[in-house]
Amino acid sequence: MGKAAKIARRSFLIGSVALAGGVAFGTYMVRKPHDNPLANDLKAGEATFNPWVLISNETVTLIVPHADTGQGVASMQAALIAEELDIEFGQFETSFGVPSAAYYNTAMAGEAVPFMPTDKSFAAETTRSVMGGIIKLLGAQVTGGSSSTPDSYDKLRAAGASARETLKLAASQRTGVAVADLTTSGGAVVFPDGTSLAYTDLAADAAELEPVVDVPLRDPRTWRMIGKEMERLDVVAKSTGTMTYGIDLFMDGMINGTVRMNPRKGAPLNSFDATAAEAMKGVRKVLQITNGVAVLADNTWTAFQAADAIEYDWAEAPYPAEQDVHWDEVAASFTEDRLDSQWRNDGDIEAALEGAQIVEAEYRAPYVAHQPMEPLSAIAKVAEHRVDVWVTHQMPRFALQQISAITGHDETQIHLHNQYGGGSFGHRLEFENVKVAVEAANQMRGTPIKITFSREEDFAQDFTRQIGMSRSKGAVKDGKVIAHDLQIATVSSSRSQMGRLGQSVPGPDSQIVAGAWEQPYSIPNFRVRAYAVPELAPTSSWRSVGASSGGFFSDCALDELIHAAGADPLEERLRLMNDDVSRKVLEVVGEMSGWGSPLGPNRGRGVAFVLSFGVPVAEVVEVTNTDAGIKIDKVWVAADVGKVIDPVNFENLMQGGVIWGLGHAMNSEITYSDGMAEQSNFYTHEGMRLNQCPEIFVIGLENGSAVKGIGEPPVPPAAPALANAIFAATGQRIREMPFNKYIDFV
Amino acid sequence: MKLTVNGMTHDVDVSPDMPLLWVLRDELQITGVKYGCGIAQCGACTVHVDGVAVRSCQVPVGDLEGEVTTIEGLGSPDTLHAVQEAWIEHQVAQCGYCQSGQMMQAASLLSETASPTDEEIDDAMSGNLCRCGTYPRIRAAVKTAAAKMGS
Repeated sequence: MGKAAKIARRSFLIGSVALAGGVAFGTYMVRKPHDNPLANDLKAGEATFNPWVLISNETVTLIVPHADTGQGVASMQAALIAEELDIEFGQFETSFGVPSAAYYNTAMAGEAVPFMPTDKSFAAETTRSVMGGIIKLLGAQVTGGSSSTPDSYDKLRAAGASARETLKLAASQRTGVAVADLTTSGGAVVFPDGTSLAYTDLAADAAELEPVVDVPLRDPRTWRMIGKEMERLDVVAKSTGTMTYGIDLFMDGMINGTVRMNPRKGAPLNSFDATAAEAMKGVRKVLQITNGVAVLADNTWTAFQAADAIEYDWAEAPYPAEQDVHWDEVAASFTEDRLDSQWRNDGDIEAALEGAQIVEAEYRAPYVAHQPMEPLSAIAKVAEHRVDVWVTHQMPRFALQQISAITGHDETQIHLHNQYGGGSFGHRLEFENVKVAVEAANQMRGTPIKITFSREEDFAQDFTRQIGMSRSKGAVKDGKVIAHDLQIATVSSSRSQMGRLGQSVPGPDSQIVAGAWEQPYSIPNFRVRAYAVPELAPTSSWRSVGASSGGFFSDCALDELIHAAGADPLEERLRLMNDDVSRKVLEVVGEMSGWGSPLGPNRGRGVAFVLSFGVPVAEVVEVTNTDAGIKIDKVWVAADVGKVIDPVNFENLMQGGVIWGLGHAMNSEITYSDGMAEQSNFYTHEGMRLNQCPEIFVIGLENGSAVKGIGEPPVPPAAPALANAIFAATGQRIREMPFNKYIDFV
Repeated sequence: MKLTVNGMTHDVDVSPDMPLLWVLRDELQITGVKYGCGIAQCGACTVHVDGVAVRSCQVPVGDLEGEVTTIEGLGSPDTLHAVQEAWIEHQVAQCGYCQSGQMMQAASLLSETASPTDEEIDDAMSGNLCRCGTYPRIRAAVKTAAAKMGS
């Protein structure tokens, strides 16, 4: 893989980020830094050194532009700056900053190129570099793809180092003490005699200086913070009810409201009768918006009641009304004309399968909803020359475009105030909440309008995970897997998502086969083909995106082959593994779980390995088959992220990813009837609850050469590890999520 | 009508049908209590009425009898309740949105059962949904809080 000749035949695609065609650029444009947004309204005496550090005579503010929806990236970003700036938690404030091209995400490039993540060849690295340049040019400020840590790791430490050296220079110029004799500690420049000057005292001096740049980063052996257990910046607020989420904000003169849009997503509202609703006490206004209505009232509850009291005539869905038809369309997509790309073709698969005893399997992954605990909301205020929007968003600069298109304001007049989010899992990459709040506020100019989605409306409007199927054929010989031909057909969540932004996605969608084609296995004959199912119901990025289905398909199919070969599931994966970092992850999970030790009757162990977002993750699930159903006893999980920034948060996110993967594999799907999602609240789309939660043991390894994120990679191996464990305990192969269609869980 | 929340008496002019949740959030702007599902499926809106955990989305304010305590009344950053201390020690929260309800449920459990077994913890806490998957830490924090309250 990774030959330069192949690049020419494939155009590039950024998993979930737009790349409009026709961008022309030269080296100069790529090297040119974006303007520092902090410099735009700097007050007298305030110093900024780069887009991440702002110091006044009272406060040090660190800008943490990646959206924090619970994954802890505000703390992670602050820690990277603070490590080099020599300032402690508690000595600075953080801000999500303003949407700006300066906060473009370079790390997204790694996922966007058609090379194996383990491919470090010149062609692969060059292409990643070019993609990074394009993303910079577009100023793509994106939180997603587990890219916040890799994007921030060098950049934010450099920002901290530059600020530190500039502050030292300011202190030197003021006192005459040579820079070489100065040190920094606890938010202050320290002099040889032990006295110190706080950074805030040096702000006015530093503001007059050109920032010192290209400062060498410190030796990791001297780190105070990175790699050590930290107390997240938000943990006290989140443990005392004092954290303010977007849904908790109140503005002066604000009116509460809710929204009701056509539950046949994307279709219009033909007509409605709001007579009864408008007569209700406390109802202020019913406004027509695109595909629905906004209902404004004295409080959110009254708005919910009034929205229920309106009679709606909804137009028909622009996609098949019944779920069976969706599945039929997926099943009919394994055809030459729907072949999106052949991603891998090692050996000679046709010859290997010829005359062999074929092991065949067909797998399915359903639509699944995001449903973070904080329902969608947004506050908007539209004035003549200014728009303000308070919301949690992972692509704030794209939000500005959406807002501008509604109100006609120039993007420079639009102020988006990003908030801490109560979960996302990909939900806050979409714009429906922003658009409905702005549409309502645009009809009520001068008044802040808060739109809160009811849980039912959030379910109804959720753009789910892709639906898909796989068909695989394989062959074994002498106790070994020798051939695997994997075909995957899904709708393209990338094209669906970007299509709503008016952007096309050129070239094949790597997400259709994510978690499958790039697995570091040397199966002698190994082919992976992606088929694009035409758009059905709208879909979007769901925690781990394509790998959430692709990892299930590829690992379970491999497990079936290994069992057919009569080999040990862990040993055969290890034998096939061609990447040392990945092999170590598998070995460690084997040791942790006591793989191979005897289990009692009715018990079983399953192992799965999926490399996604550049992170190899291996999981072992242990289950007991009880009279009341399958009980998940324990899970062991190992991952290699190159460097664990904070072991506490790392463990929490690993456990959370496992729970997310297991819970939805067990019992969650979205199905359509009459064009509407049939599931409307948690009782029909539950995920995991505490009583079903196993013990989960986590190890983070640091053998990888690049630093990676951990929000998503633990998800893809969870479902196959559980399915493989159920097979080991019961002999029953479950080939479709959710598994509770086929088996009960305790 | 009058209601007492966190020791303070408030006078509100709302429909008696209005759920306590929305009176707290939209009328009194006490936002530690969260809207999650509206139908007692998630527990994010859990508060205490006379010390007992209830889902505030299911209590019409007109039917309310007793004093209401929300997470803000359980303890503040300066005067933490043992449950909150334990939640901080274990760094339970990811997004944190469900955690007010989780802590109110845990505090209610511990006021009735000083040293709950694993099974009692599972029974008491399984009505509180966490989408981030912080359950292993919730279990550990409940035990730590029990130990703190017992000592």
